[in-house]
Amino acid sequence: MRGASIGQIAVVVVVLATVPLLTQSNVVLNFLNLALLIALVGQGWNVLGGYGGQYSFGHAAFFGTGAYVTAILQTRYGVNAWIAFALGIAGGALIGAAIGALTFRSGLKGSYFALVTLAFAEVLRIAASVAPITGAGVGLLIALDLRPQAFQFQSRAPFYWIVLALVAVSLIVARLIEHSRFGAWLVAVRENEEAAKALGVDATRIKLAAITVSAAMTAAGGGFYAQYFLFIDSGIAYGPWISVEALLAPIIGGVGTVFGPLLGALVVRTLGELAKLVTGDAPGLDLVIYGGVLILVVAFAPRGIAGVLSDLRLRWTRWRAAPERAHG
Amino acid sequence: MLSPVLLVPAVLNGLMTGAVYALIALGLTLIYGVLHIINFAHGALLTAAMFAAFFAHRLLGIDPYLAALVLTPLFFVVGYGLQRFVIGPAAHGDDRNVLLVTLGLAVVIENGLLFAFRADTRTVNLPYAFEVIDLGIAFLPVPRVVAFAAVLVVALVLWLMLSLTDTGKAIRAVAKEKLGAELAGIDVAHIYAVTFGLGTACLAVAACLLLPTYYVNPHVGNAFVLVAFTIVVLGGMGSVTGALVGGLLVGVVESLSGLYLGESLGQIGIFIMFILALLLRPSGLFGERA
Repeated sequence: MRGASIGQIAVVVVVLATVPLLTQSNVVLNFLNLALLIALVGQGWNVLGGYGGQYSFGHAAFFGTGAYVTAILQTRYGVNAWIAFALGIAGGALIGAAIGALTFRSGLKGSYFALVTLAFAEVLRIAASVAPITGAGVGLLIALDLRPQAFQFQSRAPFYWIVLALVAVSLIVARLIEHSRFGAWLVAVRENEEAAKALGVDATRIKLAAITVSAAMTAAGGGFYAQYFLFIDSGIAYGPWISVEALLAPIIGGVGTVFGPLLGALVVRTLGELAKLVTGDAPGLDLVIYGGVLILVVAFAPRGIAGVLSDLRLRWTRWRAAPERAHG
Repeated sequence: MLSPVLLVPAVLNGLMTGAVYALIALGLTLIYGVLHIINFAHGALLTAAMFAAFFAHRLLGIDPYLAALVLTPLFFVVGYGLQRFVIGPAAHGDDRNVLLVTLGLAVVIENGLLFAFRADTRTVNLPYAFEVIDLGIAFLPVPRVVAFAAVLVVALVLWLMLSLTDTGKAIRAVAKEKLGAELAGIDVAHIYAVTFGLGTACLAVAACLLLPTYYVNPHVGNAFVLVAFTIVVLGGMGSVTGALVGGLLVGVVESLSGLYLGESLGQIGIFIMFILALLLRPSGLFGERA
C-alpha cells in the first residue's frame, strides 16, 4: 500500500482552496466549512484511533474544551480571539494528556478505553451544564465583532480558508506520523501491544503522545466552531454528536489513512444534508443514517472508502498488466 | 441531619431503585462475561423496551406488569437476532469492530425513536402508581416494592437456568473457555446469541418495572445505562453477584447523595465513582480478571 505524498496533499488543498473563487454561495460554503471541520476533528480521532488503535467514544471532551476555552477567555476575560483560540488548542491538548495519563497508566484499553473516554465527555458535559463560568444551561454567546483581528468575518470565505489551512496542517501531521519512527511505534502498539513492548517500545508514552496530538487537533475544531457560530452550549460542545462524527469520518473514509477522515467527512456531511432534504428539520433521521452507514461500512468495507479505492486501483493495474484477453 | 426518619426511607428507596439498576447491569454483565464485549446498545434497547411497554399500555390497554410476559420473550428474540445476524457477522471477530457496531446500533435505535416519536416525554397513569405500603418507619411505593420483588425472582430464575439447564451449562462453558466449548461440540455462535438475548430480555423486564413510576423519552435509557456501566465496573465485569450487590449499593449511594447534595451533583457523583472505579480497580470488587 502506498501512503499519501506531500505532493498529493498540496494538490488536494490547492484545488479545495479555489472553491470560494468559483462560488460565493452561502449554502456551498456552509456545507464545506462543516465538512472540513469534521475532517479536522476526524483526523484528530484518526491519529489516536486509526494509527494507534485506541478507539475513543468521547472526543467531545477535547472538542468541547477547545470551544469553551476559546469562548470563555474572550467573553469573560477579554482575551484576543486568536490568542484564545491558540489557548483553546493548548487546553484541549492538556485535557487529552491528562485523560491519557490516567487511562493508559491504569492499563485501560479496548472496550474499557472507549467506556472511560465516553464517561469523561459526559462528566464534562454535565459539569458545563451547571457551572456558572460556562453559562450553564443558557450557553455562551460571543459578542459580534466583525473584524479579522477578532477572528470574525463578514463572509464565509475567510472561515473556509482558515479551516482548510487547519485541515492541511492535520493532513501533513498525519503524513509525517505515517513516515516517522513514532508512527511505526504507534502502529506496532495498535497491532500487538505486548509484542511492541517486548521489543522495547514504551507503549504508554507513545499512546500518551498520540492522544495529546489527537486532542489538540480536535480542540482546534472546537475553537473554530465557537468562532464560526459564535454560540456554544454544553450539548453542542460536549455532546455525543461530535464524538460520533469524529469517529464516523475516518471509519467511513478509511481508518489509519491520511485522506480517510477528509473523504469520510465529505460523505458524512453529504448524507446528513440529504437526510435533511428528505425530512425537513425533523431531528434524528440523519443520525439514524449515520449509525446504519457505520454498521454497513464495518460489515462490508472495514477499510473504508480508501480501502475500496486501493482495491479498485490494484485490480485496474492487474487488469492492464495482464496479457491480451483470451477473447481479444 | 442523620435522623433515622430521613435516613431509613432514603436507604429503603435506594435499595428499591438499586434493584432495577441491578437488573439492567445484570444484562450487561452477562453479555460481557460470555462475549467479552461491552454492549453500547444496551441503553438504546432499554429505551426501545420502555417505548414498547408504553404503547402496549396506551394502544392496547395492557398493564406494564402483564406486558412483561410478552415483551420479555419478544426482546429475547430481538437480542438473539441482533447478535446472530448483525453484530456477529459484521464484527469479523475483531473486538474493535464490535464496539463500533454496537455504537452504531445505539445511534440507530435511539434516533429512530427520536424521529418517530419526537423528544416528547411521556408517562402512563396507573391506578396503583401512587399507592404506598406503610411500614411504620417509612412509606414504600407499591410499584417499587413490586419491582424489587420481581428483580429478585428474575435473578433467581436466571441463576437456576445458568446452573441447572444444558443451555446454562453451555453458556458457562463458553464464558470460561470458548475454544474448549467449541471442541466439545457447543455451537458458540448460538450460545453467544442466546446470551445476548437473555441480556436484552432483562431490559424488557426492567422497562416494564420502570414504566409505572418513570417517564419515557428517546434518551431515557442513557441515564440508566451509565449507572449500569458503573455497577458492572464496580461489581466486576462479568460477575452476576457483583451486578446485584453493586446495583443495590449504587441505588443507596445515589439516594443518599441526592438527599444531601441535590439532584445534578448526585449524577456527577455516579460518573466520578465510575471513573475512579475504572482507574483504580478495573477488575471490580468481585471480578476475577482485569
